[in-house]
Amino acid sequence: MRIYADNAATTKMSRAAIDAMVDCMESHYGNPSSLYELGQEAKERLEQARADIAAVIHAEPGEIYFTSGGSEADNQAIRSGAAIGKKSGRRHIISTAFEHHAVLHTLKKLEEEGFEITLLPVHEDGLVRVEELEAAIRDDTCLVTIMFANNEIGTIQPIRELGAVCKARGVLFHTDAVQAVGHQPIDVKADNIDLLSSSAHKFHGPKGVGFLYARKGVRLTNLIEGGAQEKGKRAGTENLAGAAGMAAALREVAGHMAENAAHMSALRDRLIAGLAEIPHSALNGDAKKRLPGNVNFCFEGIEGESLLLLLDERGICASSGSACTSGSLDPSHVLLAIGRVHDVAHGSLRLTIGEDATEEEIDYIVRNVKEVVEYLRGFSPVWRDLTSGKTPFIL
Amino acid sequence: MALYSEKVMDHFKNPRNVGVIENADGIGEVGNAKCGDIMKMYLKIDDDVISDVKFETFGCASAIASSSMATELIKGRPVSEALQLTNKAVAEALDGLPAYKMHCSVLAEEAIQSALEDYYSRHPEKKQ
Repeated sequence: MRIYADNAATTKMSRAAIDAMVDCMESHYGNPSSLYELGQEAKERLEQARADIAAVIHAEPGEIYFTSGGSEADNQAIRSGAAIGKKSGRRHIISTAFEHHAVLHTLKKLEEEGFEITLLPVHEDGLVRVEELEAAIRDDTCLVTIMFANNEIGTIQPIRELGAVCKARGVLFHTDAVQAVGHQPIDVKADNIDLLSSSAHKFHGPKGVGFLYARKGVRLTNLIEGGAQEKGKRAGTENLAGAAGMAAALREVAGHMAENAAHMSALRDRLIAGLAEIPHSALNGDAKKRLPGNVNFCFEGIEGESLLLLLDERGICASSGSACTSGSLDPSHVLLAIGRVHDVAHGSLRLTIGEDATEEEIDYIVRNVKEVVEYLRGFSPVWRDLTSGKTPFIL
Repeated sequence: MALYSEKVMDHFKNPRNVGVIENADGIGEVGNAKCGDIMKMYLKIDDDVISDVKFETFGCASAIASSSMATELIKGRPVSEALQLTNKAVAEALDGLPAYKMHCSVLAEEAIQSALEDYYSRHPEKKQ
């Protein structure tokens, strides 16, 4: 038995996406820039994919730019916002402490280049406060970048309200929506979004392709030079199979979004209730304002990588924010940002279920996590000190 | 390629000498929860030989495997040999550890040295 509960890391490709890709690779191998019919057919496919994607987020096809994925889209969106600001002498950017590293590392680079960065705090519920954004915006603020839904704890930010604040103050608003597209209703106009990043493999599309939405009038800065593709904003022969696969995957999940969300959030709540029975554990992030498939817990007295590998033995694929899984000495910056101390953050487990998850699978996960946590606590000196009263429990 | 060698996975999944020794002759605890690894070693020493050893570990798979292997390497051996145990020996016995996990083997060495120091502090006459 294998239960794939790491859908925030990547998803299994849908049949629709695979079929669309195979069709492109077999029959539409022309270069979309070529003038003969084979090329123009490919171009038509590409533009159809663009239109399909635009429709899902209520954008115009001309506002969608294909990229190699979410990281590239984040990089380009932020670089563009910074370049626009610099032109009018504005060099202040606002973001949050728990963004994806594609955002945080780009901001770090911009800081070295003379921009000033403000990272808003994230509260214990995993949410950013609108009034804190309002207070942080200055006359020289050129860009605000806040993720739509967090990749680790799944909390969904008040995007529409955050966007409205930016709009009122004339500041560009970018959202990293890599975890949200295909899973949450998005209307870029109503949600006041100027720039949005997305990645196909998070909604059953292929890896290595994504898109950047840029509202008409927002001038993009090139990351890659060399050709007229994507209106001259992203050079390189288009990844047609990838774009077609992404569009097919997105059409499918968008067509079933409400029913998927209802099914998954019921199972998510069952999983949360089951894991909450483990003593000295805690859910990370708000219980309801989170993605329908996301569950993230901390278990006191154990370390996440051991938990993860023992769950793998039992056929469960999950992830953890422990230092050992991040390859550094520090645990997840997201868990630290919501106020979890190091000791507890090391014992985190993220389970992200998919649309096809079943109650039986949830119950199997709960049973096995309980057993493995108990087993690891059985020879943990930290747990011994906690249970003997030598050190106080945190959770 | 797997993250860990088969030996590491074996000692992680079936750790040897797990537990506590009541009235141990030496106890060593190293690491801290902030960094995500804590090892505690319990030694029973009779006639300058490590007659029994147990461990408790909070940490990743390689930390648990390193603890387990370290106990195997010193169990039944003279104290003088245990004093010579290096992290390299632990890592080699596990058929290697990923570079960023070598500190786990260092912790295992330190935990044993710390337990032996505890033993000597209780029995200063044994120290030569």
